[in-house]
Amino acid sequence: MENLASDIRSLFPALSSTVYGRPLVYLDNAATSQRPAKVIELQALLSEKENANVHRAVHKLSQDATDRYEAGRRAVERFLNVDSETGCVVFTSGATAAFNLLANCFSARYLHKGDQILISQAEHHSNIVPWQLACERVGAELVVVPVEADGTLSVAEVEKRLNGRVKLVSIAQITNVLGVINPVREIIAAAHAKGIPVAVDGAQGIVHADSDVQALDCDFYIFSGHKIYAPTGTGILYGKRCFLDEMPPYMGGGDMVDTVSFEKTTYNALPLKYEAGTPNFTGQACFVPALELAESLRNNQEVKAQERALVRYLAEELPRIDGLHLWGLPANLETKIPLFSLTVEGTHPSDLAQILDKLGIAVRSGWMCAEPLVRRFSDRGMLRASLLPYNTLSEAEAFVAGLKRAVKMLK
Amino acid sequence: MSNIKTIEELSAEVIEEFSVFDEWLDKYEYIIELGKSLPLIDEKDKIDDNLINGCQSRVWLACTMQEGRLYFKADSDAIITKGIISLLIRVYSGQRPADILASDFSFIDRIGLKENLSPTRAGGLVAMIKQIKLYALGYESK
Repeated sequence: MENLASDIRSLFPALSSTVYGRPLVYLDNAATSQRPAKVIELQALLSEKENANVHRAVHKLSQDATDRYEAGRRAVERFLNVDSETGCVVFTSGATAAFNLLANCFSARYLHKGDQILISQAEHHSNIVPWQLACERVGAELVVVPVEADGTLSVAEVEKRLNGRVKLVSIAQITNVLGVINPVREIIAAAHAKGIPVAVDGAQGIVHADSDVQALDCDFYIFSGHKIYAPTGTGILYGKRCFLDEMPPYMGGGDMVDTVSFEKTTYNALPLKYEAGTPNFTGQACFVPALELAESLRNNQEVKAQERALVRYLAEELPRIDGLHLWGLPANLETKIPLFSLTVEGTHPSDLAQILDKLGIAVRSGWMCAEPLVRRFSDRGMLRASLLPYNTLSEAEAFVAGLKRAVKMLK
Repeated sequence: MSNIKTIEELSAEVIEEFSVFDEWLDKYEYIIELGKSLPLIDEKDKIDDNLINGCQSRVWLACTMQEGRLYFKADSDAIITKGIISLLIRVYSGQRPADILASDFSFIDRIGLKENLSPTRAGGLVAMIKQIKLYALGYESK
């Protein structure tokens, strides 16, 4: 099993770095994953040889750049199993930008005074604040479904809030704090039964869960490229065409127009209608090698077995530390991804993270951009370790050992 | 002449103290000890007005002026932050506003704790130093 992880590791140059003279143990993947050499090489190649603005010029370089950009889009369509007749992939600068686009344009078209948007208590700020802004603008209400004590989201709790006033349900497939796979399929079915569309925050789900948008039948699916081996500044808003066609554009400017006159401007067809300005064409093109790797990891049974082993190891070992609480530990570990948020009585997460940092172990501490959720369980924030297939069991062991050492120093 | 030591003298003392540690571990253990021993500020001063919110940890800072000198009391819910705060208090509490404003707080860097001042730490510490300077600025112009 360790051989498999080390084979995968060898594809990622950053993973052989050292910090403070120690080998880097990178466990902050839920924030940003490392990039494989193939992505880094393509970025360099495109910058060196194929740098030209997309969709604009007739010259060769621009056409090559456009081809690369659109190949990135096709890679995403394949990865999400998009039916291009009914669905469309819009490039954004990240999940946050995608949520802002959706909240702005969806609310402009469908949200009126007195209506409701339904989210859960477990959402990332990017799936809270854009809706707060949209609701404020039109006088609508943001309704929040609480999470259970073990961090799971109950379908029944969602279902009982689905009424005629709810115009959209927007929920995380997996929260970035609890690492528990939510029953999104059931929630989507329940919402659809009442004619309510559903947006899925796939920022974590894209790496660890099923992201087949046809099977999920979600109306929107959002994720960032930088959490799935692609460069930063890349993101996706997948949406069903029936909504994307009806919604107004988000930003105005270059590329999103058909014809412009001072009397009447007409807009470009999907997806360009939502892609105003020069996009991050170099970054989005890198979805090709990034998702190629993600696809091969997703289909590899050995990788899955290793992920399960890491989850079992951490779920068993961490609670053995005196005073440690794991947040988001469902009875059924099959729905838990290798993402563990914790607190240790008598210590502050930021202190633990600083000592772990000195040991070369990169973890996250604080509110993790999901303050309402973290506060549900802890008033000092949490410490989070999040793993990907390139993380080894010995790294998980180093984390547990480092944590024990940090706790001992602080108590 | 006042018998209160200057910022330079106190900084030099702290730097001297830290020079005995070769290992980060010893340095952190010392800071943690300092953090544990810092007298807490009065509960009545632990109010939102004195709260400096960082993303990672919370810091309370209260300031009073006596005979032209500023006196600081502070606390944090994170112990390493609290340890560093105790060093800041040791150097800056009891100083004149003009001297505080003229100081660059570089001793934190010189004892090898620069990373704690990095904005990416998003801790309350950077905000605390800014607040100390704001107090100094406010009192200086009074």
